[in-house]
Order: sequence, then structure tokens, then C-alpha cells
Amino acid sequence: MQKVAVIGVGNSKFGNRNDVNVQELAFEAVKQSIEDAGVSPTDIEFVAFGSAGAGAWYEESLPAVTISEYCGLTGAGLVRCEAACATGSAAFFTAYSAIASGYAEITAAIGVEKMRQIDTPTAMEFIGRSGYYTWEFHNFGLTFPAYYALHATAHMAKYGTTEEDLALVAVKNHKYASMNPVAHFQNKITVDDALSSMVIAWPLKLYDCCPITDGAASVILASEEKVKELKIDTPIWVAGIGYSSGTANLSKRLDYVGLEAAVQASRMAYKMAKITPDQVDFANVHDCFTIAEIMAYEDLGFCKKGEGAKLIREGQTEIGGKIPVNVDGGLKAKGHPIGATGCSMIYELTKQLREEAVEKSRQVPLKNYIGLAHNVGGTGHYCYVTILRR
Amino acid sequence: MSAMPTIRSREMRVAHDIPISKTLPFWEGLKQGKILATKCKKCGKLHFPPVADCSCLSSDMEWIELSNEATIETFTHVVVRPATFQHEKPYTVAIGRLKEGVRVLAWLTNFKPSEIKVGMKAKLVAKQTPQGQLTYEFTRPE
Ligand SMILES: [Zn+2]
Repeated sequence: MQKVAVIGVGNSKFGNRNDVNVQELAFEAVKQSIEDAGVSPTDIEFVAFGSAGAGAWYEESLPAVTISEYCGLTGAGLVRCEAACATGSAAFFTAYSAIASGYAEITAAIGVEKMRQIDTPTAMEFIGRSGYYTWEFHNFGLTFPAYYALHATAHMAKYGTTEEDLALVAVKNHKYASMNPVAHFQNKITVDDALSSMVIAWPLKLYDCCPITDGAASVILASEEKVKELKIDTPIWVAGIGYSSGTANLSKRLDYVGLEAAVQASRMAYKMAKITPDQVDFANVHDCFTIAEIMAYEDLGFCKKGEGAKLIREGQTEIGGKIPVNVDGGLKAKGHPIGATGCSMIYELTKQLREEAVEKSRQVPLKNYIGLAHNVGGTGHYCYVTILRR
Repeated sequence: MSAMPTIRSREMRVAHDIPISKTLPFWEGLKQGKILATKCKKCGKLHFPPVADCSCLSSDMEWIELSNEATIETFTHVVVRPATFQHEKPYTVAIGRLKEGVRVLAWLTNFKPSEIKVGMKAKLVAKQTPQGQLTYEFTRPE
């Protein structure tokens, strides 16, 4: 297997982007990543494109082709990947595999989502159908916050996690988003703001939920040989990738206090990278809802099962703590343009590992120069864990 | 919906006809107040929701009527509802484990929100809505 490095990254401004269509939004990230890598569009041999809601929350059914054409990538090998909210990581894995296997030397993973061209109840309908439509949505109208609320209720009942603990995750991630110019939200919040916000799916309230966001992120990858040829200053190597999946029906899971797919995917990634969880300097985890971040601490082995709430209470996932998590604001406050999120995590990891965090104030301290991205699709329906190393 | 200039896409209405011929006894059972699961004759696995084909790749299945005694494992009160549930009042969705070992996800009705606890007992019942839709729900045991 060939070694693969990230050589260029780009991230559009996340938020309500009704100033641009899906092609123009993707262009912002693609241009940045190609310029960052110091290559040209025609150097890219294969494009793995990620978008989960093509034709649903925006008008184009084949966005891979419209965006490739728009960004000067026509002619490259092309595929659209779908892994629900882990779509961006699925695209990254596909672009990685094309090089690791020896087929290509330079590839791109592009993730885009344009979620705000339809009304909110319809957006919630599309996302709610992203489980097992027939058995869990058709008669029961399970929304996406509700899928995670089922986990929050179980975690609270089993481990004594509280609504205040969930609020602490929101407060932390809003704080870091306010320091990140690409983030959707730029406001800090308090625990009281979170606790008094409207109930969406009890026990989850408005501030426990990520926003509906437009955004794009793009990553350029290269083989070791190309890294040398292009004289890349600071290649960020893909040290490990793990993946797994969970049942479509939530009713077929064994418990609701963690995501087994995340446990399996992380074990696989750690094994490939030959590291243990305590060697990870910082992580971007899939905090689509606050409970998801607490379960991620446990599933990834940053703490023991049931002790996730303790980690946030003690501030161990802040900069200066044991393992800083989501210091770009996370999905919760940077925003979660579904297909873009996985690539945006790679963008953040790469910037941090190069010690190029946009503002010095949210640069994490690096000891082992190892960052981890945990990207969950659905409610543990898919999971990808990617470990990058400088 | 925005201050920015836009053009509006053509409007399209979509609804899918979902085949149920292979699980018809389940849907017919609901009309008779029964909740049926399938059991694989080859490996013995019990399936709810019912399936025509087993994960062991056998399609030799038999129909089994489930008990209605459930223990609630988790629940949520859905307040903000999706487009096609806008006409409903906020509803509670729960996952309950039946005596037979299978879990069921369904609405939980006839309890006050403050009464609902993880670990409590509920009864699983088949139901036909006033609009004729076949479903099932957890409710208060007698
Ligand atoms: Zn079987």
C-alpha cells in the first residue's frame, strides 16, 4: 500500500449561504485546496465527491458532475459517495484508497451540502427519513434530534448524565466557534441559555442541536512520490482509517448508550496507526447533538464507558485539558453541512497539525502531532475514524 | 425565504408505493389486533420488524404472534415535528424490549410525560388510525 498525505485543504464559510448556488459554494473550498496544494485542477486524477441530499434539499441530482465541470475537474475519475452525515469521510476514504492502491497519484475529496433552499420542516423530514423509513419514520415520525434523544435518555438513565452536562458541550463548542471565522455561529452561550432553550426532542433542546448549515470543504491528497516531487513543506500523513456500520433499525441495537460502529471504527484506525487513544493530541468528533460528543469520548476510548460527562465537567476537552475536542466549534456550532462535514474535519486537523489554526488562540498544543476525526453517519449507521499525523 | 435573489425550481410532488406482498400477514394481522414477527426455520432467528428473508440467507420463514408485554428501554418526546407530521400533537417515541427478546420502536401513548421512565412496563397494541393507516403503539398495561 502506498503512503498517502493531505497536501491541500479548503473550507468555505459555513452558514446560511443563500448568496451562492451549490457549484459556487463548492468552488470556494475547491479553489482554496488546490491553491494550498500548489497544483492545478488538471493534475487531479480522481475526484471522490460527497453530498447526501442531492435533489432533496437542493436542486441538482448529480452534483458531482455539475461541480466538477464548474471547478475545472472534468475528465478526472468521478464518483459521488453517500454515508449520511459521514459522507465527507466516505469521500475522503475513497480518494485515499485510489492512491493507497496505486491507481492514482493525486486525488481530491470534495464535500458539499446546500441545506437551506427548502423550509425547515421539509429539511427535518428528509433528515428524519435517514434511518429505516418504513419502520421508524413512516408511522412514527422519528426526527434526527429524536434518534439522538433516545440515546441521551438511555445515557442519563444508566450513567446519571444530566441536561447540564449536555449544555456544557454546547457552551464549549460555541466558545470555540466564536473564535473560528468559518463557523456558522459566532456567539458564545451560557449553560442557562442552553437549558432554557426550546425543547426539540426531549431531553434535547435547541442548543443541544447542530444547525442546518450550507457549506463545502475540499481536500487534496497525494502519494509519497508526488509529495517529494511537489516539494510539499508539511505533508500531513494519513496514519489510520477505520470504518464500520450499524443496523438501520435502531430497534435492532443492543443498547442506546454508545455507538458500536464508532467503537469498531476507532479500534481499526488505532490499530492501523499503531497508536493508543492516549497518544492522540486532539480530536474532531461528530457532535451533531451534544449527547453525541459525550458518547464519542467513551466510544473512542478517551475515557471509560459512562465517564464522558465527567470529562466535559472537568474541562478535559478544552484547550489545555487532557484531549481538546472540537476546538473549531464542532458540528454543533461550526455547523453541519452533512456531506461537507467529514472533509471539514480533515481541514481542521490539517490546519492544527501544521500549526496554522486560523487564530493562534485556538491552536492546540501538539506533543505527538496526531489528530483524530470521528465522523458518524446517521445514528451510528455508518462510522469513519481517520487519524492524521505530521 | 431569503433577502438574496433566487429563482424557484419546478415543484414536484412525490409519494412512493411500497410493496408489502411478502410481509402481508403482518399488515393483515394489525387489522385483527395481532402483532406478528417472522422466525427463520433454518437458524431460528426471530425478526421484528418482520422480514421475508433472513440474514443467514434463508427465505424459509414462519409467522409468530408476539406477546404484548414490553419493557421501555428509552424514549423521547418529539416536539419539533417534520413536514408530514405537522398536523400531529407532540408525540412520544419509545423503544421497548419484548419478552421474546426483540425490540420494537413505536409511539408511547396514554401516559403523562412525567410518568414515563426507563425500565417501566408498557403494552404493545396493534392499531388502525381514523385515516385507515395500520400501525402499532405502546400503551398503559391494564
Ligand atoms: Zn436464518
